[in-house]
Amino acid sequence: MKFGVVVFPGSNCDHDTYYVIKKVLGAEVFYVWHKETSLRIFDVLILPGGFSYGDYLRAGAVARFSPVMNEVVAFARNGGPVLGICNGFQILLESGLLPGALIPNAGMRFLCCSVHLKVGTTDSVFTRTYQTGQVLRMPIAHYAGNYYADDDTLKRLQDEDRIAFQYCDVEGEVSDKGNPNGSKLNIAGIFNEYRNVLGLMPHPERASESILSSADGLQIFKSLLEKN
Amino acid sequence: MWQAKIVVTYKAGILNPEAKIIQQALGNLGYQKIAQLETGRYIQIQYDNDLDRSQVETLTRELGDKILSNPVIQKYDFELVEVQP
Repeated sequence: MKFGVVVFPGSNCDHDTYYVIKKVLGAEVFYVWHKETSLRIFDVLILPGGFSYGDYLRAGAVARFSPVMNEVVAFARNGGPVLGICNGFQILLESGLLPGALIPNAGMRFLCCSVHLKVGTTDSVFTRTYQTGQVLRMPIAHYAGNYYADDDTLKRLQDEDRIAFQYCDVEGEVSDKGNPNGSKLNIAGIFNEYRNVLGLMPHPERASESILSSADGLQIFKSLLEKN
Repeated sequence: MWQAKIVVTYKAGILNPEAKIIQQALGNLGYQKIAQLETGRYIQIQYDNDLDRSQVETLTRELGDKILSNPVIQKYDFELVEVQP
């Protein structure tokens, strides 16, 4: 299985993601420069975190028009798994592969801390090795991570079981207390309607080795390796 | 030649903490008569000389819808002014 990690000008979690897939997971992985237009060799594509194009205009707004993004959209429409982490999530929203938007954190501050997450569903290639309701710990590092969608979209996400992760407290209770950034329904990650595109604000690649305080994120990458 | 002055703001109902904090700060300074305060982004574009007003209007709308605003959370207004090259 071949993973592709897309590199935009300003990506800064590309190396961490590459490292986790190669060294921790032991899978094949390649960097994909944002000007690339052929992605046929890949089985999974990852849009990593960072500040593509300096977050100018809106986070992800400029990267979404990079040449590679037409191919990423086509890859996703063909059913290929696409994972967007942090800035990658912002790019997926701007490109229309996922619904809603991310606005500045309710507290107007850049947040860099560990959060607890509740697994919303195991019905996806990304979350199938977790348990529904399982509480995970992963870091966040963002200024615009406040998930917004209108009420109809939120209801649809709930009805179609497309909320991958919700911010929660240490006990797993999804409450205002556990919500770091003001996200609607405490949403930290969502799927597209075909469940092959996942976007999330927390950083699973920074929570993939217990020596670095948490390995809870590694299972997202492991899940992708599992045979159907 | 035509110039577009574009202002992008959040739609009603979208939390804009920046505006809220500025309004609060002004209130703390004694400016109590401010009923509402919005913040946004100003973008100014000067077009090539060979475009007429209606082309410039169409183009500005295209840019506004496609990239300068995110229609999920934002709206934009613009005015066109004729400037000396």
